[in-house]
Amino acid sequence: MNLAQFTIHELHEQLKNRKTTSGELTRSVLQRIEAVESRIHAFTTVTAELALAQAEAADRWLRSGRPVHPLTGIPIALKDNLCTKGVRTTCASRILENFVPPYDATVVGRLKESGAVFIGKTNMDEFAMGSSTENSAWGLTANPWDLNRIPGGSSGGSAAAVAADACIAALGSDTGGSIRQPAAMCGVVGLKPTYGRVSRYGLVAFASSLDQIGPLTKDVTDCAILMKSISGSDSFDSTSADVPVENYTGLLNRDLSGLQIGIPKEYFIDGMDPEVLHAVKEAVRTMEKLGAKTREVLLPHTEYAIATYYILATAEASSNLARYDGVKYGSRAKPTKDLLEMYMKTRQAGFGPEVKRRIMLGTYALSSGYYDAYYRKAQCVRTLIKNDFDEAFKQVDVIVTPTAPSAAFKIGEKTKDPLQMYLSDIFTISVNIVGIPAVSMPCGFTQTGLPIGLQIMGRPFAEATVLNAAYAYEQATEWRKKKPNL
Amino acid sequence: MPTQTTTPTQYEMVVGLEVHAQLKTASKIFCGCSTKFGAAPNTQTCPICLGMPGVLPVLNRRVLEMAVKTGLALHCQISPYSRFSRKNYFYPDLPKGYQISQYELPLCEHGYLEVALPAGQAGVNGQIKRIGIHRAHMEEDAGKNLHEGLEAASHVDLNRAGVPLLEIVSEPDIRSVDEAVAYLKTLRDILVYLDVCDGNMEEGSLRCEPNLSLRPVGQKEFGTRVELKNINSFRFVQKAMEYELRRQEKVLREGGRIVQETRLWNTEKEITVVMRGKEEAHDYRYFPEPDLVPLIIPQELIEEVRKTLPELPDSKRERFVREYGIPVYDAEVLTTSKDLAHYFEACVEVYPQPKTVSNWIMTELLRELKNSGQEIADGPIPPDRLAGLLKMIDNGTISGKIAKTVFEEMYRTGRPPEEIVKERGLVQISDEGAIETLIDEVLQAHPDERESYRQGKSQLLGFFVGQVMKRSQGKANPGKVNELLKRKLGET
Ligand SMILES: [Zn+2]
Repeated sequence: MNLAQFTIHELHEQLKNRKTTSGELTRSVLQRIEAVESRIHAFTTVTAELALAQAEAADRWLRSGRPVHPLTGIPIALKDNLCTKGVRTTCASRILENFVPPYDATVVGRLKESGAVFIGKTNMDEFAMGSSTENSAWGLTANPWDLNRIPGGSSGGSAAAVAADACIAALGSDTGGSIRQPAAMCGVVGLKPTYGRVSRYGLVAFASSLDQIGPLTKDVTDCAILMKSISGSDSFDSTSADVPVENYTGLLNRDLSGLQIGIPKEYFIDGMDPEVLHAVKEAVRTMEKLGAKTREVLLPHTEYAIATYYILATAEASSNLARYDGVKYGSRAKPTKDLLEMYMKTRQAGFGPEVKRRIMLGTYALSSGYYDAYYRKAQCVRTLIKNDFDEAFKQVDVIVTPTAPSAAFKIGEKTKDPLQMYLSDIFTISVNIVGIPAVSMPCGFTQTGLPIGLQIMGRPFAEATVLNAAYAYEQATEWRKKKPNL
Repeated sequence: MPTQTTTPTQYEMVVGLEVHAQLKTASKIFCGCSTKFGAAPNTQTCPICLGMPGVLPVLNRRVLEMAVKTGLALHCQISPYSRFSRKNYFYPDLPKGYQISQYELPLCEHGYLEVALPAGQAGVNGQIKRIGIHRAHMEEDAGKNLHEGLEAASHVDLNRAGVPLLEIVSEPDIRSVDEAVAYLKTLRDILVYLDVCDGNMEEGSLRCEPNLSLRPVGQKEFGTRVELKNINSFRFVQKAMEYELRRQEKVLREGGRIVQETRLWNTEKEITVVMRGKEEAHDYRYFPEPDLVPLIIPQELIEEVRKTLPELPDSKRERFVREYGIPVYDAEVLTTSKDLAHYFEACVEVYPQPKTVSNWIMTELLRELKNSGQEIADGPIPPDRLAGLLKMIDNGTISGKIAKTVFEEMYRTGRPPEEIVKERGLVQISDEGAIETLIDEVLQAHPDERESYRQGKSQLLGFFVGQVMKRSQGKANPGKVNELLKRKLGET
């Protein structure tokens, strides 16, 4: 087996026991990228030189016999909206084409401290706005399981890279499903942490009250390892929570007896792909066999989630993206006759159509005379949706649903119809609105060989419970062992 | 047919003031950059105040404490739950494309400020008027666009971006230019008293934007208001408002209508010009700032800050009147600055005759300070020396008149009064023999006046006293001179 195919925890053992070196591992991953990148295009920037230098440093550390972090020497890919000091960070947007941040995101800094190796920046929908990675200014990413299909989005590059062994693990960001939906499409594990669990400092903001950074990994154990490394409060992010970080890896092995699983009937809707429905029902049965109890729960305001989301997220985005004005950094249209023209031409040329659409939607929702009807009302509905989940979590420990209504769709299939595209996030969006953690993991394949995703949601800061349930299910099944044929 | 005469409409002005006070913190409101004034452009910046992608604001606790302190001093209610909002607009000096401010839930509301109206106003010296404070909230400052010396280009200096401001909005309770100026001065005194703002209008650490409208006297509804901007000194606040008052009155008298707009004060031409009309007014699309958690202000914090409040000018003024029995006007003057009030009290402690002390400070000391452009804290006469000087008058060592000369010299040289009096031989002559000799000399020199006095022109006594004092170079004890003169003139 090629080194690039292993998981973090497997490679950690090999590195610790001197079976391999980070240098060897990193070269092997870079070779893999070379081999598959022309077909999947998962990266916006590959940082080979930086990676090799970091690998060398990791090897020195490993040889020194000092205590080794589980991530030391492990090649990790970073979504291109995570600021990396000295490394281009584009958000897959022309407006940040040549933006090189003078600072690291907090999560990037934490990974650096643990001795991780940065292999590159991954492709995404521009400013994380999309569900298919088709909205990248640098071209789309293909799904490693079927190159004619989308990898999901917006963290499509990260998910595809993990699935294709073009990195050992990756970080993504999730505003309405942007980690979980691509994880489902690409057959990997992806976790959206509780809002405030992971610092957002250095994550280029899309919708500040919804964004969270999280891991995309080959299995649940890796997900727990990465979560442990990036979690915790940060003095640079006032919205980061001062809640102790649990030992996620240590808590994986608990059995599921006594675990109460909620099945929300609103998430099993007409018109859902029957293969997805079947796979998820089978998964629930497996968990029951492992000792979990299931019951139906009600989340009656689910139908308003998408509308609520597209008001709140676009409103915040319209403001968050105002800084890209051509004045201080990023691209600037030239020549222009005055300030207004500079703003307009810069933003016209710099942003893609989906970003413009959302800026306009958000600007409208916040406009005087419309604020109460849209933004304020959406905030009220947000509270109602939150109450639904509070009620449900009084009865159950986790809620299990499909991650997406269907497996990966074809490239170009939904680009003409934004509303259809928005609906592909129907099962993931509430989690962001409420701010709870949720994981997506493989729970089967369609007859055409496409992965199907299972979503497990938990109470705020109950990542350990969610990962524990995911791990038990994972160990009882073989799905993680299947690899795309690239 | 009788001609119909109508008295011309009298107009009353209605003013509300928006004041932006720069809070005296060492670092900016949401990042660690220095707030020092006058550094080279863009040297006091970081990714956060430059609004780079992905950065987040973190509130400087000192800003909150200073804002609470000011709110308490302005008798505001401090909201237990308050939050920041984003004010969205595009401008090159605004790096994020929005200003973090407070909108729906400001920190301080419903306060007031008591202002002593100046002489001539409302008839009486020192009349107090209460002006409502609508709200006071925290926000960040923007940067500065630079155009000077640049051809076909503008540069931006973001040193000021993120400097903490407290916006203090008054109720439209102000009815004259004098009231507005008095309000502004009192507010500045309080901010300086609290040590939360240096009050320097020229450097922009205190900025004032009046909202001004006129209405016929007796009318209840407000007229259409105009907002004035770009005023950077007390003098210009007065001038700009006076100009605007005349302009609006003229428009109304000629049957015109006031347009709701924002006007800029032009310092060179001393006029106001339209900056933007109502139609061009921004839609700021305020919404709650999601990057900052709501502010929960515990009662304990408020109480803790309350303990740090110094005695404020208004209560100090009341106490001075009550405790020292000095007139309201004196108390008002003496409490305009913390240092001056302290000086007065230190003096009275050594020399417990408040009115005398007050007179000396208000006439002699303030005059000298004004002439030399010094602050009382760096003035050359410490309070115990002034007290010492006053004691020398009381115990007859020097006369009041000589004391003024001594005071001037004390001010000029910084030396103690005893030394000056001794060295220059200014000790008062109280020895009766010596005074009698002087009197004899005077009477001999003025036989005619002496004759007139004897024939009943008793008002000539003053003339003789003056002559004796002159001969003694002012050192003779005037009481004694009087007494002995009367005796001598009566003798003959
Ligand atoms: Zn800064």
